[in-house]
Amino acid sequence: MGNKLGILTKGIIKENPVLVLLLGTCPTLATTSSAINGLGMGIAATAVLLCSNIVISILKNVIPDKVRIPCYIVVIAGFVTVVQFLLQAFVPSLYESLGIFIPLIVVNCIILGRAEMFASKNNVIDSALDGLGMGIGFTLALGVMGLIREIIGAGTFFGHPICNFMVENPLMIIALAPGGFFVYACLIAAINHFSGGKAIKKTEFGCAGCSMKNICTQEKCEQEGAEA
Amino acid sequence: MGILTILLSVILVNNCILAQFLGICPFLGVSKKLDSAVGMGAAVIFVMVLATAATWPIQQLLNRFEIGYLQTVVFILVIAALVQLVELILKKFIPALHKSLGVYLPLITTNCAVLGVTINNIDYGYTYVQSLFNALGTGIGFLLAMVIFSGMRSKLEGNDKIPKPFQGVPIVLVSASILALSFMGFSGLVG
Repeated sequence: MGNKLGILTKGIIKENPVLVLLLGTCPTLATTSSAINGLGMGIAATAVLLCSNIVISILKNVIPDKVRIPCYIVVIAGFVTVVQFLLQAFVPSLYESLGIFIPLIVVNCIILGRAEMFASKNNVIDSALDGLGMGIGFTLALGVMGLIREIIGAGTFFGHPICNFMVENPLMIIALAPGGFFVYACLIAAINHFSGGKAIKKTEFGCAGCSMKNICTQEKCEQEGAEA
Repeated sequence: MGILTILLSVILVNNCILAQFLGICPFLGVSKKLDSAVGMGAAVIFVMVLATAATWPIQQLLNRFEIGYLQTVVFILVIAALVQLVELILKKFIPALHKSLGVYLPLITTNCAVLGVTINNIDYGYTYVQSLFNALGTGIGFLLAMVIFSGMRSKLEGNDKIPKPFQGVPIVLVSASILALSFMGFSGLVG
């Protein structure tokens, strides 16, 4: 039982996909201009992650090894379309503000990464828990970042004004593109500081944590480039 | 909208990396060396134009049969198949080009900038020619940001004055933030 709980919680803190594994940077930066957008994106991605992990783990013995990545992508794209319809029907305002980043959940490396690294090797229940844990970690990270950017950039808390001074003099730049990079950098630096540099082992963006490591040739080509 | 307006807008004002946040992974991952930054940028331009040339007519076909909602599934599969095909063709017929671009091609299949630009073309209601130039411009904007950023990163290399918590990933992100800030100066250039 403790094992199951471990699978669920590791995605939330120890292996948080955004703040520790540094995956899924595009939606992290793009959709966190306000807390509600960040949370919405996180929940949409969690739904896709949970469903695709379950289905892929059920189908893992049926899918031939050579064409597994295209198969995973089809499963994920199917669920993304479902989520897209649900958002359009029930929360049209969120659908408008997330825009192109809803279809782009398909190429979110967290989802493909969990399919390749976890769901294709484990049973259904473990895969579901893993998907849920990773999804919650992703949602929390996006929510926190969205909240910080909203409080500083607009002076509001989930759309409610905090105090007059902050609403009248917002630091707009934090809610715009450069602020996204900056707040993300500060969050990672804070985690580095408080964990004494132990939490984030990755000191570079690169091949190490990438979900496509096994199939992609970049690592090989970088080695060749170094030799050449 | 004029073609020049589209080009200027996506290269400078709505730069795909620094304003739209598409393709951040290769931007941060492959920008360490100028050579690989240029190679990646060139490969992205190539695939973007090709993917747009293929997906735009397919969307018209989907619309005719009223199954436009299959866009996401169809586009990602078409792009993946296309990239594989191009890699095979290059390997067989133009080995020199394959040697310089080919290594980046598999990486681009799941690049959000490529899928993003093909979906944007449909969302904005561009014509076929406008779509192709939008893809070309987005690719050039990607290349431009990659090249500038690899220059910035070479200055960061081996700098030991950076505060300890900011070493590694955070300082790279702060540099990207400053680059994005400078690109904001272009806003308002195209109406």
